[in-house]
Amino acid sequence: MQRRLLRAGAVMAALLVGSAAQADWQFNMPKGVTDISQEVYGLHMLIFWVCVIIGIAVFGVMFYAMFKHRKSKGAVSSNFHESTKVELAWTLIPAVVIFAVGVRATFTLADMYDVDNADMTVEITGYQWRWRYRYINEADPDAEVDYFSSLSTSRDEINNRLAKNENYLLEVDQPLVLPVGQKVRFVLTAADVIHSWWVPELAVKKDAIPGMANEAWTVINEPGTYRGQCTELCGRDHGFMPVVVEAVSQAEFDEWLAGKQEEARQVAELTNQEWSVEQLVERGRGVYQSACASCHQPDGSGIPGAFPAMTGSPIVTGDIQGHIDIVFNGVPGTAMQAFGDQLSPVDLAAVITFERNALGNNMGDMVEPIDILNLNASE
Amino acid sequence: MTTTTHDHDHDHAHHGPAKGITRWLYTTNHKDIGTMYLWFSFAMFLLGGSFAMVIRAELFQPGLQLVQPEFFNQMTTMHGLIMVFGAVMPAFVGLANWMIPMMVGAPDMALPRMNNLSFWILPFAFAMLASTLFMDGGAPNFGWTFYAPLSTTYAPDSVTFFIFAVHIMGASSIMGAINIIATILNMRAPGMTLMKMPLFVWTWLITAYLLIAVMPVLAGVVTMMLMDIHFGTAFFNAAGGGSPVLFQHVFWFFGHPEVYIMILPAFGIVSAIIPAFARKQLFGYSSMVYATASIAFLSFIVWAHHMFTVGIPFLGEAFFMWSTMLIAVPTGVKVFNWVTTMFRGSMTFETPMLFAVCFVVLFTIGGFSGLMLAVAPADFQYHDTYFVVAHFHYVLVPGAVFSIMAAVYYWLPKWSGKMYNETLGKVHFWLSFIGVNVLFFPQHFLGLAGMPRRIPDYALQFADFNMISSMGGFLFGASQLLFLYIVVNTVVAGKPAPAKPWDGAEGLEWTVDSPAPYHTFSTPPKID
Repeated sequence: MQRRLLRAGAVMAALLVGSAAQADWQFNMPKGVTDISQEVYGLHMLIFWVCVIIGIAVFGVMFYAMFKHRKSKGAVSSNFHESTKVELAWTLIPAVVIFAVGVRATFTLADMYDVDNADMTVEITGYQWRWRYRYINEADPDAEVDYFSSLSTSRDEINNRLAKNENYLLEVDQPLVLPVGQKVRFVLTAADVIHSWWVPELAVKKDAIPGMANEAWTVINEPGTYRGQCTELCGRDHGFMPVVVEAVSQAEFDEWLAGKQEEARQVAELTNQEWSVEQLVERGRGVYQSACASCHQPDGSGIPGAFPAMTGSPIVTGDIQGHIDIVFNGVPGTAMQAFGDQLSPVDLAAVITFERNALGNNMGDMVEPIDILNLNASE
Repeated sequence: MTTTTHDHDHDHAHHGPAKGITRWLYTTNHKDIGTMYLWFSFAMFLLGGSFAMVIRAELFQPGLQLVQPEFFNQMTTMHGLIMVFGAVMPAFVGLANWMIPMMVGAPDMALPRMNNLSFWILPFAFAMLASTLFMDGGAPNFGWTFYAPLSTTYAPDSVTFFIFAVHIMGASSIMGAINIIATILNMRAPGMTLMKMPLFVWTWLITAYLLIAVMPVLAGVVTMMLMDIHFGTAFFNAAGGGSPVLFQHVFWFFGHPEVYIMILPAFGIVSAIIPAFARKQLFGYSSMVYATASIAFLSFIVWAHHMFTVGIPFLGEAFFMWSTMLIAVPTGVKVFNWVTTMFRGSMTFETPMLFAVCFVVLFTIGGFSGLMLAVAPADFQYHDTYFVVAHFHYVLVPGAVFSIMAAVYYWLPKWSGKMYNETLGKVHFWLSFIGVNVLFFPQHFLGLAGMPRRIPDYALQFADFNMISSMGGFLFGASQLLFLYIVVNTVVAGKPAPAKPWDGAEGLEWTVDSPAPYHTFSTPPKID
């Protein structure tokens, strides 16, 4: 039986060693694409091997004893039960080993905390259940690029009605685009509950906490797409808010940023257009699916006891000002967020009009984007 | 440590247990109460385990198959709460009730009526907690660590019942701890000095102090939640000037010592079993005591290692990293002592020894991953991934839970007067051993490869290890039904056990008959 135990131990040791040798098989932590991530990988392997060596020594003695010093082999027990020298040795030696690892780790830690001299800053805000990225531009605040990044995997794939694609649950509609070789500072916060922003290849994981601004930084060495996930339980769709970072050359980044700024200008222009109910309902359908459907459900039926239904809701079928107010300001103390600063005036008008004229409701009225804009100005 | 008088006090024979249900409702007998604690914790172990089966079944394949994310979160939360507060802690209290008076030569616990109360409020607490599953909005779904504001502003209505249940559990634990301290400090037989006490008694004495220190902190943090939810305060609400980070500091000031509450008594059990089956005195008794005390002290100054990614200032981060790594030293001392006790012993491997040896190996593996997690820069990669899940399940399942199983096999002859079936015991051990490793070892790889914890669905590269892990989980879960069968079979149909079934065992509990008489040590034994 102890031979089986020995064999089990050997298998486990092989697995442990295997985890080092077969990094490509996703047994192990990725080395990553930043200097810090490689340093972290080095630390991880150092402490891992320290553990393996101690483990081999301790379990080696133990299995030797279990094999040799058994009653069935005629072993007679000794009666030693104390030795100050030995006990002192196995107190001090581990302490020294740990001290050595600790020193190296402290230097790495200091590096990770050094957010000074960043080339650019991105504000990351966690929402239930998507990320918002804002490229801080102090010189020209009007030209700030600011958008949400949501899971793009379809519900059909999640519910096994469609085959899952290779980036299943790790794909978003709009990734965070960053230039390589630049020191990017992240400022993290959250709008509702605590989230945590993690990209393993960058070795950046930092909690996004409401009311608090956390900092982290990275310099990405290689262009590529790097995927991660939210790692702090943040409610129902915690498993469905991935992080995707696309690292590109500086030139590509500048081009992308300019395109984003142009997009923002076009949306601003849409605000001043005249809209029909049909046009707004059409646009609102998409907005509803991305911003509202995860709680109120795609068909507006809600979840009894948790999220109210849209269909026949007294707010949606009541006075339009009340409806606008609740979408704009949210309901403090509940999961209903204030969408006033999350959605553009066009999208706010579209989604409100959609809710009143679809999902089984038929109010026939509408709100124009320009009215929302004026409301925005008056607040 | 030998006794000169046996407990054959026939005058007390008419003080046997009452008949029927009142025996259990009104009992102040430490053995009855110990038995009830143990059965209760086993029931909770199966309940919490069935939630784990739901989790593993959903994670068997990518995609959502069996449950929706909302319910999945309720399962992870209830699994954690029930296993921590319902299975592991009451099991240790049950063992303490049964064994501590017999180990120190006392006739009963110091405060027998309070003992009854501290047990009987538990079923109500857990009935209330379990009933939240049937409430509108569902059971608590914010994880067993219930971080605010997910557990306050964004919580389902059932959170109030959860808070009340936690208060009751806390009251029960505090009463139990007071009772254990009072028993150990006041009721030891003449000659039983502190440094002659069995290590199980020592580790429980220290655990009881930890409980008294931190259970009120838990009560405090849930009360602050209650105030935030119902009375308009804003302790944890940033919009009202509070801080969600405050919650985590208070919670983990409770939570880290809590981790040691669940493992120190296990150290005591293993320190009794290994010498018994190695037929050799425990190596380094006094260093074991000092190491336990050091671990208990350190457990108060490491809490923020659960919060490395929260954004603690650099110096704070470094302090908690260093203090956490320091815990490896006294923990290492314990492991070295156990191994040296085995060295040049005369070992046999009955079921209790198998579980105890397995404890030493697998708990140490959990300790190694704990040391890795202590390294703050590396923790940024491990934090909140399956690596952490693997780590704490290694210390809690083949750690704490295996030690409890070892204790049951070791002392069951004393409790029931019957011998369990050795072959079935060994089958149970091997199935559990294989199951637990297939279940939790691959989770190290999942975590390192980037799978976050507490997710109901995952990316495709995690599929293989999740399937293996789930199969291990089903095997481990099913094996525990065998455990139930073995225990019931022993009690109903086991062969009679002698007063001392293990030839190497030491301690006063082996000087009384098997089964232990309803009242033991009414006259204190003399200790040399």
